Amino acid sequence: MVKVTIWGSLQAATDGRGEVEVDAKTTRELLTQLSQIYPGLKPQIERGVSLAIDGEIYRDAWFTPIKPDSEVILMPYMQGG
Amino acid sequence: MSRLHVNTRVNGDSVDFLCEPEETLLDVLRNQMDLTGAKEGCGTGDCGACSVTLNGRLVCSCLVLAAEAEGQEIGTIEGMADGETLHPLQQRFLDHAALQCGICTPGILIAAKALLEKNPNPSETEVRYWLAGNLCRCTGYDKIIRAVMDTAAEMAEA
Amino acid sequence: MALDDSNKRDFKIVGTRPLRPDGVDKVTGRALYGADLSAPGMLVGKILRSPHAHARIRSIDTSAARALDGVKAVVTAEDFDPVGDDFTQDILDNCLARGKALYDGHGVAAIAATSEKVARLALKLIVVDYEILPHVTDVDAAMRPDAPVVLSGRAQENVPAGLSENVTSYFEFGHGDLEAGFAKADKIIERSFKTAATHQGYIEPHACLATMAADGRAELWCCTQGPYMVRDVCAAIMGLDSSQMRVTSSEIGGGFGGKTTVFIEPVALALSHKSGRPVKIVMSREEVFRATGPTVSSSTDVKIGMTADGRITAGQAHLRYQGGAFPCGTVEFGAQSAFAPYDLDAVRTLGWNVLTNRPKEAAYRAPGAPMAIYAVESVVDELCQILSLDPLDVRMKNAAKKGTLSSYGPTFNEIGLMATLEAAKAHPHYSAPLGPNQGRGLSCGFWFNFGGNTCVSLNVNTDGTVGVTEGNPDIGGSRASIGMMAAEELGIAYDKIRTIVADTSSLGHNDVTDGSRVTFSVGLATIDAARGAIREMCGRAARIWGIDADAVVWKDGAAMPSGANAGEFPPMTLAEIAASSHSTGGPIAGHHEGTADGAGVSFGVHLVDVETDMETGAVKVLRYSIFQDAGKAVHPSYVEGQMQGGAVQGIGWALNEEYIYGEDGRLQNAGFLDYRVPVASDLPMIEPVILEIPNPGHPYGVRGVGETPIVPPLAAISNAVSRSAGVRLAELPMSPPKVLKAIKAAKA
Repeated sequence: MVKVTIWGSLQAATDGRGEVEVDAKTTRELLTQLSQIYPGLKPQIERGVSLAIDGEIYRDAWFTPIKPDSEVILMPYMQGG
Repeated sequence: MSRLHVNTRVNGDSVDFLCEPEETLLDVLRNQMDLTGAKEGCGTGDCGACSVTLNGRLVCSCLVLAAEAEGQEIGTIEGMADGETLHPLQQRFLDHAALQCGICTPGILIAAKALLEKNPNPSETEVRYWLAGNLCRCTGYDKIIRAVMDTAAEMAEA
Repeated sequence: MALDDSNKRDFKIVGTRPLRPDGVDKVTGRALYGADLSAPGMLVGKILRSPHAHARIRSIDTSAARALDGVKAVVTAEDFDPVGDDFTQDILDNCLARGKALYDGHGVAAIAATSEKVARLALKLIVVDYEILPHVTDVDAAMRPDAPVVLSGRAQENVPAGLSENVTSYFEFGHGDLEAGFAKADKIIERSFKTAATHQGYIEPHACLATMAADGRAELWCCTQGPYMVRDVCAAIMGLDSSQMRVTSSEIGGGFGGKTTVFIEPVALALSHKSGRPVKIVMSREEVFRATGPTVSSSTDVKIGMTADGRITAGQAHLRYQGGAFPCGTVEFGAQSAFAPYDLDAVRTLGWNVLTNRPKEAAYRAPGAPMAIYAVESVVDELCQILSLDPLDVRMKNAAKKGTLSSYGPTFNEIGLMATLEAAKAHPHYSAPLGPNQGRGLSCGFWFNFGGNTCVSLNVNTDGTVGVTEGNPDIGGSRASIGMMAAEELGIAYDKIRTIVADTSSLGHNDVTDGSRVTFSVGLATIDAARGAIREMCGRAARIWGIDADAVVWKDGAAMPSGANAGEFPPMTLAEIAASSHSTGGPIAGHHEGTADGAGVSFGVHLVDVETDMETGAVKVLRYSIFQDAGKAVHPSYVEGQMQGGAVQGIGWALNEEYIYGEDGRLQNAGFLDYRVPVASDLPMIEPVILEIPNPGHPYGVRGVGETPIVPPLAAISNAVSRSAGVRLAELPMSPPKVLKAIKAAKA
């Protein structure tokens, strides 16, 4: 199980929780699990999110491995200029 | 309304062209003579990217009517190097990394050349005020000023 | 691909300052930019634009225009099929209005004609019947429930109830107990800030040359930061396969984020398709201001609590950004970055993105961050003034470090903030004396940076030279850095490498040149491609020598046996191996396709001295120093260039640049005369101090540097002006009339 931090304005979809646990070993599994368990998160996940795993930001990679003790933060999809 | 026939000299070569009365020198340089070094950044004389010399005088070619070129001498960036040999300003700009995207560079080089021909030993302030009519959005001007001053010093020694 | 410190790298080429490969072309006027290419039979394309801020388009009558001799095609939004997704549909609807003109300058119809003169005349003959609607241009006004609605049904599910439909998204970040945090503070300051919209100000207007044949194959030449993005968006809009469209990026005359989308390309393609001829569209400067992508304008409330000895106990920011007439997404970056430089127990940021009748925003260097950090760093500075604390010491006391829980969620790894603060404190600028009406200001800055999809092909020629083919337009000198990294890795001279930016048919997808990603990810890809070529060359040498490939190593540009056991063979240089390559297995190459991650965040600190003329409100910048962590500066001159250029854009943003709208909702200053960017005489030399705290995610330690420099100047300048003028300013730009007004109000 991996702990995932959910940003404030999404917490309505996780019963007010800022941190949830899901069973996932890759980024894709994690996002799929989140969408299934918390359907309120699905629209944002479909629009696009980034994941910060142990301090590194990942934008697109499905198969990035996640360790059970990894710090995982859900973030908006990164843009630049 | 028929077009005007204009005879002029560009970078030492005699050229002639037909133009509409309202066409600018910039339009004709770029669209008829394939001299695309001068750029249209604004079309209103505010950015200096179209800088050329008209009888040795620094002008914005977007503010000169093509018809005004009749019988005049025009100098563009394409005439700055002597064949394969770059003008010292061009070389110093490369050495100092005084360009990033390079779109303002032709205009700034023409302007800087006109400055050094008029004032071979300008102070930093004089260089900055002379180039105030040439906008650069990439460099913050620092390396450009250094390149111009370095060239002035080099040319003074020569 | 991690940092390569296995042999404690002594770089031979990386870190030096060779000449850039495209330099001679650019100083002689030979380089070809967007508007510099023409094609036989080419038509001139022009776009008719709405003069109204908000209007229903009842009808467009193009008959007189079509009848004009020389007009070969006319298009409106009706000529395009609907696109499958909102993101792309918005881009298309922004090029040509569908149903409603949403801002002054919004494209309504387009023509292609045989000359500039005919094109201009044809536009005048198009008759548009507008039903003018009420408009809104101010961000706070646009949020109110009774505001004119720009677009309906675009609000995301998270937006709180009770606001106008113009509020399209809402974000909240942070951690800790704010109330408890504020209770611990000895001093709390609450302030509201406003910033105006600004434009990236690239000197080259958008330009493209499009050819679309009857069989649907298309060629597009354009100035862009992302040819693959252009291809994907235009192919989707035109209903083509990506492989049918080839996009070649010209040299680009500045982008800064403003050329990461399209404004004219789909129109040019449609006109070309209809007319059967190439169509060139070049925007005028006025069109660039009215109808490309400026930044948001913002309205922000910040509240920060600090103890008497300078510890920040709680921080809160509410940010409201308007991004024009289509849903945008920058407030989330502002809300995430606002307090990023700090180690806080309690922090909360809220952000709203809002629609207005203004042009659709596009990215501008660290999108969303400058205006957020401006507000926070201004309040921190004011607290320092009131509590009589040194502003640098306070930053250092609260600075985020490795292990800090950031304000936006993740825990920081190794970051360079403390090092830049210490460098600033130690610098002579910080302790230089100030004269009357002079003030010193500083600000931290932050940006995320990212990597992204990258493809590079590296080919070894039989004469021992090497070609590197990459797909990212060079906006700041990256071809030099990429060539340097290839030369370093291969162990050959820099001038043996030629790096080119290829068209979209030559390589797999490359993400846009943005996010400060090119030196990082294209560099990483190039190094990997070089390593692939090296493996191949070692294999060739092994076969020539009759030994195992494992027994061959690469050193100083040559293959050699790994030890005495492997055999006594003199080294074979790259040139030697290349010369026989056709007989040893064929042409030699390396390549890389991948998604680069691990870009690493980047911090900076800016220090500025200004002098305010108390009688006119004019501000003169006297001295400016920049401290930024580059990880590893591949070509220091171009890293310095990014720092200086970004800082000056920020200076313009702080002192003079703004979009000015009239009561009628029309843009009043659509030109460089009245949209005042910094000129050479406004500025002193800008001192760039590069720090190098290697990024573990890159083989040479490179961090992105391009965007961070625009973040600190807004607050640094505002803090300096506030201190010099003796009155705290909270609105940008601080143009002379505004400064004077504040000075007079303070005296009264």
